[in-house]
Amino acid sequence: MESSLLNLEQGDDETINSIFRAAHSIKGGAGTFGFNQVTEFTHLVETLLDEMRDGRRAIEQNDIELLLDSVDCMRLLIESIRDEVDCDLTKINETSDLLTISLNKGKEAEEVQASSEQSSANDQQQANSGQSIWHIEFIPDHHLVQTGNDPLLLFNALADLGELVVEANCKDLPAVTDIDAEELYISWQLTLTSSSTEEDIKEVFEWVEDECKLNITQESASSSDATPAQEPTEPDDSSNDVTPSVEAAPTPAPTVASAPPPPLEPVPEEIQTAKSQNKNVEAKATTKAKAEVGSIRVGVDKVDSLINLVGELVITQSMLSELGNDFDITKVERLTSGLEQLLQNTKELQESVMRIRMLPISFAFNRFPRLIHDLSKKTGKEIELILKGEQTELDKTVMEQIGDPLVHLVRNAVDHGIEPAEVRVANGKPEKGTIVLDAYHQGGNIVIEISDDGGGINRQAVFNKALEKGLVDEKTQLTDSQVFDLIFEAGFSTAVEVSDISGRGVGMDVVKKNIQSLGGRIQVESEPGKGSKFKVNLPLTLAILDGQLVKVGTETYIVPLITIVESLQAKPELINRVSGDMLLYRLREDNVPVIPIYKLFDISAENEQVDNALLVVVEADGQKVGLMVDDLLAQQQVVIKSLKDNYQQVEGVSGATILGDGSVAMILDVPGMITMAMKNASQAQLHKRTPILEGVTS
Amino acid sequence: MDIQDLAQDIPVEGEYSLEGIDFITSGEQYLTFMLAKEQYAFDILCVEEIRSWETPTKIPNSPEHVCGVINMRGIIVPIIDLRLKFNICEAIYTETTVVIVLTIENAGTSRTIGFIVDAVSDVLNADESEIKSAPAFGGCVPQHYIDGLVNVGDNVVTLLNIKALQQIEAHQNSN
Repeated sequence: MESSLLNLEQGDDETINSIFRAAHSIKGGAGTFGFNQVTEFTHLVETLLDEMRDGRRAIEQNDIELLLDSVDCMRLLIESIRDEVDCDLTKINETSDLLTISLNKGKEAEEVQASSEQSSANDQQQANSGQSIWHIEFIPDHHLVQTGNDPLLLFNALADLGELVVEANCKDLPAVTDIDAEELYISWQLTLTSSSTEEDIKEVFEWVEDECKLNITQESASSSDATPAQEPTEPDDSSNDVTPSVEAAPTPAPTVASAPPPPLEPVPEEIQTAKSQNKNVEAKATTKAKAEVGSIRVGVDKVDSLINLVGELVITQSMLSELGNDFDITKVERLTSGLEQLLQNTKELQESVMRIRMLPISFAFNRFPRLIHDLSKKTGKEIELILKGEQTELDKTVMEQIGDPLVHLVRNAVDHGIEPAEVRVANGKPEKGTIVLDAYHQGGNIVIEISDDGGGINRQAVFNKALEKGLVDEKTQLTDSQVFDLIFEAGFSTAVEVSDISGRGVGMDVVKKNIQSLGGRIQVESEPGKGSKFKVNLPLTLAILDGQLVKVGTETYIVPLITIVESLQAKPELINRVSGDMLLYRLREDNVPVIPIYKLFDISAENEQVDNALLVVVEADGQKVGLMVDDLLAQQQVVIKSLKDNYQQVEGVSGATILGDGSVAMILDVPGMITMAMKNASQAQLHKRTPILEGVTS
Repeated sequence: MDIQDLAQDIPVEGEYSLEGIDFITSGEQYLTFMLAKEQYAFDILCVEEIRSWETPTKIPNSPEHVCGVINMRGIIVPIIDLRLKFNICEAIYTETTVVIVLTIENAGTSRTIGFIVDAVSDVLNADESEIKSAPAFGGCVPQHYIDGLVNVGDNVVTLLNIKALQQIEAHQNSN
């Protein structure tokens, strides 16, 4: 519904219809389950939409804003029902007031149109010939407010129909000590002067019909002068509240003489609202906790395929156990084929189970159109959002945790990236800024790109800021990417002004930390004047990895299969020592730097000579390197275990796993190793030692 | 392996003699162990298990006292050699060398860490009143790792601060 609303700005009939349908089904659904509050609210929205649909009302920007707010309110309501807590009624009331007002405006306009000869007498107190006086006796049940109904809203609605005089009857009020703040003891006598029919009035009370006693009687129109004579016996509750519509009605000055004891004055629902606001604070905390546990919606096809696979597994198992019952050497062949089948089944089962956790990334993306809409309103920049690759599937855990960093990046793009329209035009760019969110698979990773066509990152500003913070010194020569990496430092902001959207310098470091904790990494590309691009690399899943086992000395390491380009035996003539003992291997056209693992990890290897050594050529972040290993072992799938749980993150290692023989093996983090080698090289230069590797940044 | 057997197998016999084990006493209980000729103790409630020595998998570029990690029923457990950590003696692996695996809870996080010791000796009961504070000079073990000293017969047992031990690797290796 939200997305359709955003489309509404383009506004064609079909979209309105689909919004209307959505609103209607929410209302229907809520009605079925007795969520009156939701139904009531949605009804208002629906009425507004209905007018739009019939073309009786032009679609204006502020209406759309209003509708978007209403969607928020509905979500709030539904969430509060789900979590079985009260929610903040004030916001909802405000919004529904707005809705009502907006509806009225529409109606007024209509009526003015329809009866121009009636000299726009709508707001005047004179009774028109068509008007009649209705006496309504409204005695709500005590628990009315607990079901989320608010008499004030009803009166507002009535006031919209015509002049309304409200008279509260407090005779049922119990002693102060017996008052339950959540119950309603007051009943009302209402006098309505209006041209509406009994049906109209009944409709107002539609949602509370079952919870009150309602008497509606008509008085002849001629005696309309009797109306103002009525005086409330108590200071009017309604007029105490901010209710614009009721103010319009002639409410005679209250006579205090006959008023009941003063402590009773506060309207119960006010107390309730205050209460529920308190609750709301707690509720927010619990909502979060509850959401963490969460459930998952899985397509039936995925479940079916699982069941199929389990079936096959059972068949294979029974076949194997039958074979085992009476086994002799002649049946070896059947055994091998059985085991093969078992392997196949296990693999497929594993894949299907992993697929259950996969969700299309649109789950994370679909909040952005709204975000952009709100932000562009706030900043006054016109922004177009393009979403790509929404069907790319991603592990649920990863998805949940990537949401906030993405929001942050998009906010940044809007606030810092896209320039104000004037600047854009002056730079020969279209007035409307563009932000592109793209997701795609690359190897075993998923890449999410957030790019904008804004001003790009000001390299000099970042550098100056870093100088100021003492992160770099003046002489340091940094590559562009190294400079851009500085923006991920804590407390780093080059924004001239701190806005409420961003610029406080908290965030980018958190973004980076969050992404790293998911085993991902973030890269920045930026060109001044053309825009910047943030590339977030995430692992598809957190649990399992295809790995190539390699041996170095006594240790076994696992190289993620996806990073491996090829494995080869180094030919001595293709090895070059350049610029101070840096090893380069000529791989066809490329020069690939060689990283000897034993040197990097400070262990001993069987073969420390690079000639004829085995090289595993891996690629990460567009950089190819050759890892020198002693031996290549098997390829297998490994379950990733964290080293951080009981120890800490280790540079160059992304985790550990347990091999078939029960021993632990380290999983290599190829990009991390490259960074490490680079760092070692620069350190070695400083200490005038033999560099292990340099010039990898090429 | 039986703890008592282990205790008797200790090469450095000497004059240590602990009180008999009395599980009914009210004081705190500590697991005592040997590092070279000295006796140390952990709070027994933190002890997950005592394992025989097995060669761990090395962690690249780790400090010397972090020997590596082992697989304890699917959990990756780092192994720290207390002898190297405290510079008490050389790390020699004998038959009685064991790994005491502790689960240490601190500030909402729980970590499982194995500590290599020369031998496990006994369970010690000690009331709070018996625990004396350690003198603030000398010794290879940094002060903040020590909770106190307890006299057992003619010997002195050093009680180690478990929470400080949890931080052992966090302080190191941060470069």
